[in-house]
Amino acid sequence: MGTRKGMEVSIGIAEAAMMADVDVVSAYPITPQTHVVEHLSELVADGVLDAEFVPVESEHSAMSACCGSVAAGARTFTATSSQGLALMHEILFIASGMRLPMVMAVANRSLSAPISIWNDHGDVMANRDTGWIQVFVENGQEAFDHIIWSYRVAEDHGVLLPIMVNFDGFILSHVVEPIEVWSPEEVKQFLPPYDPPYRLDVDNPWTFGPVGIPDIYLETRAAHNEALIDSQKVMEKAWDELHEVVGRKYAALECYKTDDADIVFLTMGGISETCMTSVDQMRDQGKKVGVIRLRMWRPFPFAEVAKELGGRKVVLAVDRCLSTGGPGGPVASEIKAALYHLDKRPHVVEFIAGLGGRDVTIGNFMEMYDKGAAVAAGAALPPYELVGVRE
Amino acid sequence: MSSLPGYKALPPGCPVQEPLSAHRNHTGSWRSERPIWNHDLCVQCGVCDMFCPEACIGQNDQGYYEANLDYCKGCGICMQECPTQCISMKQEEE
Repeated sequence: MGTRKGMEVSIGIAEAAMMADVDVVSAYPITPQTHVVEHLSELVADGVLDAEFVPVESEHSAMSACCGSVAAGARTFTATSSQGLALMHEILFIASGMRLPMVMAVANRSLSAPISIWNDHGDVMANRDTGWIQVFVENGQEAFDHIIWSYRVAEDHGVLLPIMVNFDGFILSHVVEPIEVWSPEEVKQFLPPYDPPYRLDVDNPWTFGPVGIPDIYLETRAAHNEALIDSQKVMEKAWDELHEVVGRKYAALECYKTDDADIVFLTMGGISETCMTSVDQMRDQGKKVGVIRLRMWRPFPFAEVAKELGGRKVVLAVDRCLSTGGPGGPVASEIKAALYHLDKRPHVVEFIAGLGGRDVTIGNFMEMYDKGAAVAAGAALPPYELVGVRE
Repeated sequence: MSSLPGYKALPPGCPVQEPLSAHRNHTGSWRSERPIWNHDLCVQCGVCDMFCPEACIGQNDQGYYEANLDYCKGCGICMQECPTQCISMKQEEE
């Protein structure tokens, strides 16, 4: 049985990495991720965590060091945010292409320019196609659980892929929440030691990261793509096992008050809790509305999205990122792709909300609902809306 | 091409344990021109061999130099560097 403690979510993530018994941490501090690696650095320096903390001069080097340590057979953790994730971009493809299972916590933050340290999902969406498993958590408990869960999934021999655990910068990273810390027995029961199928070893040499000439590169991409798609089964199995061990139930989608809902919000990350509060209030007013939260972003759960959204009148898709000059929000685009083949499709009303840390309030969700209700009643589908923007 | 593995047969991340396995990549398929040695002019000095960036030029039984066409990419450096100008480049489709 775990112990319930009040702690900052960033500290919880660091403690979870420690409980997963990581061997190597290599990271560079960046707001709002700093407290995660600062705490891990303290744990290593104090001798509480028996691991190598590799200080580096940049995130590009941090991710490179992580690739080397995973290849050597070490359980490896890192964390970053925003510009740091952007600087890692090149190496993210190498980590996933070489099938190196590591876990990275990403404290989601907007990208410059203009300089902004505040929260949105622009950083991770620019890294959507890096071939990593990507999940979004909503609160501190879910963040803690998903660090340990991620090692269980990533290191599965049928997966062998790195995982990004996305948690909202400041909105989650700097908030003190009650978190149930797993007992060491629970971690041991859930997470076996890392057993790589091959590793860098001077006595038994392997070449990692060889050239892929045109005769073979295509096949490597096909294999990577299939592994990422197939990882969903392992993710679901690990969620089931996590439920058995600590009693919390997770899935690709989380549905809240959706059984009879004609109109549903589709959200990702921390704003989902604000959205649920607004749904509670609208339910009190007799409105049939619910929230579907996407926990799993890569691989994208097409079947589950089609099943849960297919029968609705209106989907209110709330993106935390703008695909500049493109279709609007990246999440809404994929939602539409998942629904396209259905005979009866809901209207997808798109909102871009909370860019660069702009507050997304209960009032904002109420207004989004009103716009969705108008579409359900026959109003023309508006183009995507930047919520609260001043003209 | 048929001897190459399908994607389902690849080990995750494509690590390689066999030494010198890159020899099996016959990268000479990129070539559009091949070097031809005129033995009337060749003095067997070996400058072509020394300059070949692929190190794919070697001597045959008679001491004349020739390129291993499994790896020769037809760059023409041997032709450029030959002191007796005995090497010419021939289009592959000819």
